[in-house]
Amino acid sequence: MNNSMYLKIPALSENEPFARDTVAAFCVRLNPSLDELSDVKTAVSEAVTNCIVHAYAGREGEIEISCEAEGDTVHIRISDSGKGIEDVVRAVEPFFTTLEEEERSGMGFTIMQTFMTSFRLQSAPGQGTTVYMSKKFSVQDAERARADAV
Amino acid sequence: MNVSGKTCSGTLYIFLSGELDEYSAVRARSEADELIRTHAGCSRVVFDLSGVHFMDSAGIGFLLGRYKQLSRSRTPAFIRSPDLAADKILTMSGVYSLIPKI
Repeated sequence: MNNSMYLKIPALSENEPFARDTVAAFCVRLNPSLDELSDVKTAVSEAVTNCIVHAYAGREGEIEISCEAEGDTVHIRISDSGKGIEDVVRAVEPFFTTLEEEERSGMGFTIMQTFMTSFRLQSAPGQGTTVYMSKKFSVQDAERARADAV
Repeated sequence: MNVSGKTCSGTLYIFLSGELDEYSAVRARSEADELIRTHAGCSRVVFDLSGVHFMDSAGIGFLLGRYKQLSRSRTPAFIRSPDLAADKILTMSGVYSLIPKI
């Protein structure tokens, strides 16, 4: 049976560090490199920010995060029940943002796509948004040496 | 997120430390803007990121926002000492073409 975890938090920006650190803590037992762990934390932070800033736009709501470990890969699902995305194709374009006046970079989805091994976005207006991301961790040298020694 | 400033030979150094995300960017923005206002006559601004150990796209927004503001007074801005993770984000987003790394 694969290890897994489930986290449900209110859409408050003060919960962002908690969300990314919790996912990172779950990933640690898969022996990621510091760079890989940093990639996951950044991608999770982007997804959670989207829920707070775009999906709920400051209104109350909940964010659900689930993680599953499969071998050397972590599968992460982050979903909200917010307003959803009208144009999913345009939303993932680099530098596209619907909130230009708020100093948004429009790079959130690009960072998720670049930093993770796989990325999928599911959304429709009024039906919330779910982001599916996976990260395959390279087996670390120390781990490999230990495996070789056995 | 802590923001502090120091001037040296006409350069305003803005030192950021901690985590720069959506949550912390609000305070970082107002504190950095206050420093820029107070030192309005400086010849350039350097954002020192050596103390930043986490940054997501809110950091890009923060830096581009300050850049836009400084460009109104034709004050050049620079970035110094990002860690590897911050450097990766700043490189991929093209921030260095506007705010060069020194």
